[in-house]
Order: sequence, then structure tokens, then C-alpha cells
Amino acid sequence: MPEVDRSRTVVPFPRAAVAPEPVSAPRLGDVDAWGRSERVRAVARTLYDPIYRHWFRAEWEGLDKIPAEGGALLVANHAAAIPSDAPVIMHGIETELGRPVYGLADYLFKALPVVGTLWARAGGVPAHPDNAYRLLRQDGQLVLVFPEGTKGSGKLFRDRYQLRRFGRGGFVEIAMRAGVPIVPIAVVGAEESMPTLWKSPTVAKLTGLPYFPITANMLLFGPILGAVAYFPAKFTLRVLDPIHLDVAPDQERYSRSRIIDVAEGVRISLQEALLGMLSERASVWRG
Amino acid sequence: MAGLTVGRRVLITGLGTFWGGRVAQALENDPAVDLIVGLDTTTPAVKLERTEYVRADQSYSILSRIVKATQVDTILHTSLAVDSTRMSGRALHETNVIGTMNLVAAAGAPDSPVRQLVVKSSTLVYGASHRDPAWFREDMARTSPAKTRVERSLLEVESYLQDFADESPDVTVAILRFANVLGTDIVTPITKALSLPMVPAIFGFDPLLQFVEEDDVVRSLEFAMRERLAGIYNVAGDGRLPWSEVAGVLGKRVVALPPFSPGMLLGPLARLGVLELPDEVAALLRFGRGVDNTRLTQAGFAYRYTTSGAVESFSKGHRLRRVVPPTRPEYAYQRDVEAFFRHSPAVVRPTS
Repeated sequence: MPEVDRSRTVVPFPRAAVAPEPVSAPRLGDVDAWGRSERVRAVARTLYDPIYRHWFRAEWEGLDKIPAEGGALLVANHAAAIPSDAPVIMHGIETELGRPVYGLADYLFKALPVVGTLWARAGGVPAHPDNAYRLLRQDGQLVLVFPEGTKGSGKLFRDRYQLRRFGRGGFVEIAMRAGVPIVPIAVVGAEESMPTLWKSPTVAKLTGLPYFPITANMLLFGPILGAVAYFPAKFTLRVLDPIHLDVAPDQERYSRSRIIDVAEGVRISLQEALLGMLSERASVWRG
Repeated sequence: MAGLTVGRRVLITGLGTFWGGRVAQALENDPAVDLIVGLDTTTPAVKLERTEYVRADQSYSILSRIVKATQVDTILHTSLAVDSTRMSGRALHETNVIGTMNLVAAAGAPDSPVRQLVVKSSTLVYGASHRDPAWFREDMARTSPAKTRVERSLLEVESYLQDFADESPDVTVAILRFANVLGTDIVTPITKALSLPMVPAIFGFDPLLQFVEEDDVVRSLEFAMRERLAGIYNVAGDGRLPWSEVAGVLGKRVVALPPFSPGMLLGPLARLGVLELPDEVAALLRFGRGVDNTRLTQAGFAYRYTTSGAVESFSKGHRLRRVVPPTRPEYAYQRDVEAFFRHSPAVVRPTS
């Protein structure tokens, strides 16, 4: 029971008699209420920029379609055994537009020591609907989500660029509730940066991971280096037209069928954009 | 005070605790409060002018007799135990669950004079897990089952109180869920950890924590009573701080405990009396916790401290105590002395 500890009582502490001004001490660090730190982010940007520019040679189309202010839900296709698309999208938008991006990820991240903390400092947020809503509605931030989730990054190389199911359309409901547009982003290149050749359901079950991949990178570079070394596939990112959902925000509930319709619409337009981009791509490595 | 014509008669459970004692002190200055009766197993630790202290057993079985005898209209239930290092699991159950059952029985008796109940609960009811949302609202359920005794007992207590509130429309029941308290006086597992030369942390984790300052604790209990709040309210300062930054404010380094099976190290450390981190605190140092405090601010409560303000306040008290060594308690409760001041005809009391 919290109480005054009588064994080491208490130097009489000077107390103000009447309500003073609210007390808010200056901060030492710059970690925000979501765990993101601009300083960590700046270091990560410096380290990651050569990879972004010279390894993946990321190229954007239609970056101006991402709103310059206010909340927006960025929705992208998901790929690579250890996803390489999230860092590219977040880095690209932060350097080109100067806006922070919060990336929603499986809460599994948060349970991992070191990785979870670094992920949070770099702008990662556990994918809880309420987190997304607050970031979009109250903080007016850009939030990146992969509706395919681990089904997208866990698919085999032969299924590349074939979008998985978009969950139950939870992302559409969040955008409706928060009153923000959905901005789809089609990413080409991530699939080839770390292709999954084979998956071991047994090891996945034993380790509690959503999937356990054997990637081409692992075969080539060994299990340790292969887990971090991506192939230098050329990244092309196309921002599609924002989808404004003409519904009132903060409603108790939204039409299920409308949610499914919009989610399916986003999925189809992303799939079509991907097919279009692939038909224009001459080489995996040179674009 | 506002809108009250007849003086209030208040019963405080847990008068010997930090919370109970400080709230009683605050109420003594309120002319709208006619009578303050305090119950606890231990004597009050703070100096009280007109509060009547009654010794109770752990489960407050005497409560219904006291309610009937004193005809109190308000009960402040501040005796719920949230620090599992201070008592055994069985004692915790006795204090929290059985104590609250006796309280509900007393307040819900057919001819009960009680019209208001304010309960001090804890954000421990939300637990701490990697599945949690960043900010818990009052209506959100915890994401992992409660495994520790203290969390289970608090959940049980809250469900009793909810049932009681549903069955008794003429009694307003407010449940305040407090975040971890920091301040100049209070001692909890967290403040003990922060008082060590190096602050223990779990390797690879730097959780975001939210604190409430002890003054805001007392003020919010008073506020809930005065404004006759009903329902559940989170009480926590604005914002969250990483654990490493809290240590930094105190000018300390963190020392990392192994992230896997920390019990192997924590067990011996607890036995040596160096550091006691019960499971619910260890989970907090892994995943942190945040609660949405807007419901209480929308009801009109103004916090005096943000989370960083609370840390600063704790840090000041901590620094002062390091220089000016702990002194003997300046106050010790003595029954005959207190009885003399309250009831002897020799004492000249101000007539008003």
C-alpha cells in the first residue's frame, strides 16, 4: 500500500499553499508520447540515406498527392521476408516532404528487446485501431499501414505482387472515424529485395513468429548476414489518387458493406497500379 | 463546497495510508464537511485536527456498525492496496476484496445513509502488455489476462462496485484509477527503484510511463467527492516519459536486468532487500502504460502536474532528502492525546 514510509520520514518539504501554475518540467529527451524520437530518426536518416539513394535507388511518382498537412492514412502493399518497404516509404516521405510518418506494425515488435525500442524510436507504433485513430484525428499525422499485414510479407516469391486479403477493412473504418483521406502507395522492388523461397511452419510455431522464411539472401549470404542484406532491387513507388470518404467522422458505427467496398476498391486499384508498373519495368535491378 | 447547504459526514477507509491521511487533512480545511471518521488497521501517520480515528481489522468487518452509528453520507474508499511488496497475496485479497465487500454491504444496507462512494483504484487494472493501445480509455478492456494477485483483486473489486452502482441508483459511485504516483512523500516500488544509486531497467526495453503527482491524487479525490462524480475516471498527468529519461532527470544511469527470465536475478535481489520488482511492475518496465485522462479534465478537473512535472517534483524531494538526512517522525499518533484535544472540556474550541 503506498503510504508515508515511517522509517525514513520525510523532511518537511516546502509546499505552495494555493494552486500555483501547472507544473511541467522541461524535457531532457525528445521522445514523443508515441515513442518516436526526432533525434533517433535523424541518425537513422543519415545512416539509411545511402541505402535509399544508392542501393535501392528509390524513385517516387506523384509524391505531391500526399497531403502537406493534416492526417492521412497511407496504405501500401507489403513484401520481403523482413519488410524493406516500410523504411523506404518512411524515409522517402520524411526527406522529400519533411513530414514525419508513423508506421503501424504488428505488436509483436514491441515484445522484442532492443528491436522493439529502436522500432518505436524510429516512428513505429503498434497497430492498435485506437493508436491509428489518435495519430490521425488528434495529432493530424501521416500514418502508414500495410493492410495485408504479415500475410503480405510472408508470401512466397512465386506469389510476388499478388495482393493478399486486406484484413477485414479495419483501415477504412479508422480513416472514416478519423475523417482523413486514404492515400494508396504502390511499391515495386521490395519483393525482389528479399525473396522468400520456402517457409517452415514448424519453426514458426516453435519460435512464436508469424512465419519463418528461408530467403534467397540467406542461401547466398548465410543465415546471419542474409537476414539483413537485401538485394539491390530498384524501388519504384507510385502514389495513387487520395480517396476521400464522404462520411462524418467520429460516428458510433459505419456501414460494414461500405467499409468492405472501399477496402476492396483500394486493393484493386493498388493491384492494377502494380501490374501497370511491372509491365513498364524492363529490369528488376535497373528499373 | 459548491451547492452544499447541510454539512457532509465523511468516512475515510485507509486513514493510515498516504492517501487516506492526506485526503483527511484536506477535508479538515473544508467547512462544508461536518464530520470525518477514519478507519484503518494502523494509526494515522499525519497530524489530524478533528478527524476521528477508529481502529479496524484488515477486512473492515466493523464498517457497517460504524456507518450506522455515525450516519455518514459519503465514503472515501482509499484503503485498496496496490503495492504487492507490502503484504502477502492473502492479506491483499483480504484488504481489497473482502474489505470492499464489507463496504458495499454497509453502504447498501436498507436504511443506509450513504449517498456517495469514491473509490481509489489503480491503472493496474489495465495491465501492461505488448498488445496494449498507447492510451487506455476507461471503457477499454485489458488485452492480456490478469495474472498477478493485485491486478485480479482490483478487477474483482471494480466489478463488485459496478454491480453495486447498478443496483443502487441513489448512491453515486466514482472509481478513480490512478497512474503510478510520484511525489515528495510517497513510497512505491517505482520510487524505491528510482531511489537506488542506479535505476534498474529491463535490457532492451525503454517503456513510456505516465505519472500522477501526489497533490493531484489528493485533489482529484476531493474533486470527485465535491462534484459528485459518477463512473470510472483515469487520473494521470499529461504525457508519457521513457524510463531512461526519468532516470536522467534524477541524474542517474540505468542498469539493465536480463530480459529473459528476470526472476532468476530478481528473486535473490528481493531477498537481499536491494530491489523488489513484483510481476506487475516488471511488466510495466517492459511495456509501459498510458491512460487517457480527458474524461476527468472534461468533468472540470485541472491537473497541477504533467507527467514530467511529477517526475520533477519527485526529483526535488529526492535531492533534498539526500542532503538533509531522514529525521525521526515528527508526529506519532497517541490515542489519549488525540482524545484529549477532541473531547476534553478543558480545550477551548473556536465557536463558529
